[in-house]
Amino acid sequence: MALQFSQLQLDKVQEIIQRYPEGRQKSALIPVLHIAQEEFGGWLDVPVMDYVAELLGITPIEVYEVASFYSMYNLKPVGKFVFEVCQTGPCMVRGSDGIIDYIKNKLGIDVGGTTQDGLFTLKTVECLGACGYAPMMQLGKHYKEHLTPERVDAIIEECRNFSAINN
Amino acid sequence: MGIKLLLANDHIEGIRFYDAYRKNGGYSAAEKALKLAAGDIVEEVKKSGLRGRGGAGFPTGLKWSFLAKPEGVPRYLVCNADESEPGTFKDRYLMEFIPHLLIEGMIIASYALGSNRAYIYIRGEYAWIVDILEQAIAEANQNGFLGKNILGTGFDCQIYVQRGAGAYICGEETALIESLEGKRGNPRIKPPFPAVKGLWDSPTVVNNVETLAAVVPIMNMGGTEYARIGVGKSTGTKLISACGNINKPGVYEIDMTISVEEFIYSDEYCGGIANGKQLKACIPGGSSVPILPANLLLKTAKGEPRMMNYESLSDGGFATGSMMGSGGFEVLDEDQCIVRHTLSLARFYHHESCGQCSPCREGTGWMKRILHNIEYGKGKMSDIDLLWDIQRNIEGNTICPLGDAAAWPVAAAIRHFRDEFEWHVLNPEDCLKSNYGIGRYAEPLETA
Repeated sequence: MALQFSQLQLDKVQEIIQRYPEGRQKSALIPVLHIAQEEFGGWLDVPVMDYVAELLGITPIEVYEVASFYSMYNLKPVGKFVFEVCQTGPCMVRGSDGIIDYIKNKLGIDVGGTTQDGLFTLKTVECLGACGYAPMMQLGKHYKEHLTPERVDAIIEECRNFSAINN
Repeated sequence: MGIKLLLANDHIEGIRFYDAYRKNGGYSAAEKALKLAAGDIVEEVKKSGLRGRGGAGFPTGLKWSFLAKPEGVPRYLVCNADESEPGTFKDRYLMEFIPHLLIEGMIIASYALGSNRAYIYIRGEYAWIVDILEQAIAEANQNGFLGKNILGTGFDCQIYVQRGAGAYICGEETALIESLEGKRGNPRIKPPFPAVKGLWDSPTVVNNVETLAAVVPIMNMGGTEYARIGVGKSTGTKLISACGNINKPGVYEIDMTISVEEFIYSDEYCGGIANGKQLKACIPGGSSVPILPANLLLKTAKGEPRMMNYESLSDGGFATGSMMGSGGFEVLDEDQCIVRHTLSLARFYHHESCGQCSPCREGTGWMKRILHNIEYGKGKMSDIDLLWDIQRNIEGNTICPLGDAAAWPVAAAIRHFRDEFEWHVLNPEDCLKSNYGIGRYAEPLETA
């Protein structure tokens, strides 16, 4: 199956390209990769990156080198819900180590791993700018802050329910 | 209560939206500014003494006056909203709750610099804030503060939000520009500076969110009045994002005349150390700046109270002082292990090094691994000197300041807490089970 954005997404890409002066559409690469990752299963496979290159009129290597530089792009498949738990100093002093251990035990996976049902991936990340509300993690577009084991339980439950309804 | 300029209205319901912002005096600074000549605005900002709020503290008016103005070449204003310095979350607060303050500041700055196209480069993780900013930009457009012929002045301006994708290095202005051009965030060699050759090789000014927001009160009250707030070269107000082991983490606006002790213990600010513990150490300006033990944090080496401003925080140089930096204020209590915390920061810088310069690319990894050994009871006494040697060889030997930023925390930790490193080496069995504690560092506090 050939990869293809929806018309809505193609319009969005055009709108993004318009933000830059004539001939500077390469600037759209990072925003367009975000759209591609969201659309094509939460990660950037090589054909996806090639498609983006074609769309922006740049060479595939220009896409690969960017995709591999930025930590938000996944170059391997991930679960439906990615828990990105901050582990940098300010979160650490508020107990992020314990939260990471709790999630590992609860889901039975290691950092970088995905649960067998394909629902959850656990990642550790560096400072997300929520130091005053630590410990915290990013889940999709939003932050989950002031984490406790109880709150983690509730988030996992919420994700499972969401997935059950939307399957 | 201190003076509030940026967060004066943050409690007002709906201030995130145009109507409430406008009703509470919003966009009056833009109206005032757009009646002035561009050069006069630059002069006002110079008079205000405003210093870049991103970390470096460079005078903003001076930065603006360096912008090259060749005929027929576009100029760009770029707002640095890549806030990624551990301990720092003040720009997020501004953008999330008072987005119009940033938009208004950017309109004024764009007019002053002659930039018709401005970008807000925001870190990729702040995804929901992109929506908030785009909503604010749309409202400003609808109300004639952006778009063509703004307020009938003939000045055109548009602001776009560009989302990053997870890279601390993109907070460095030339890396940010590279990223905005759709490339890896590898910092450029300077010169040429962005003011001459920046975004798409055009003259560019890159300013932090808080810096641009501060232009609004400066225009409202005048540069001279603004300069009266604060002390010495620390004029105006500064946002401090307080975190770590304190009772009230959060974003506070201070007028730079209060002491560090008051900031930590007063109920108006941090509200003291959490859980009745004692203060051990603090990183007062974001993770890159030197950590200070409690005694040197509260008092300078000369025995004077240390104040929350640029000069006082750096009093004593790196030997006994630190820096204001980005205003990321992280407090560590007596239970925190300095080696472990330093390891966490070393890991951060290793992860975030762009890999361009070998001292940083290799050195940050070496520091991380050696610190890991020490923390996990496998360190040797000679490792402490080796760490010192590595950080010394990174500092000043890289294209951008990330190398320095990675070296300073390690250097300061060894400088002030060498005993704690030695204790880890001498007590390999104990160092994971217990903690060195506050030892001689935390002196009794008068106000505690």
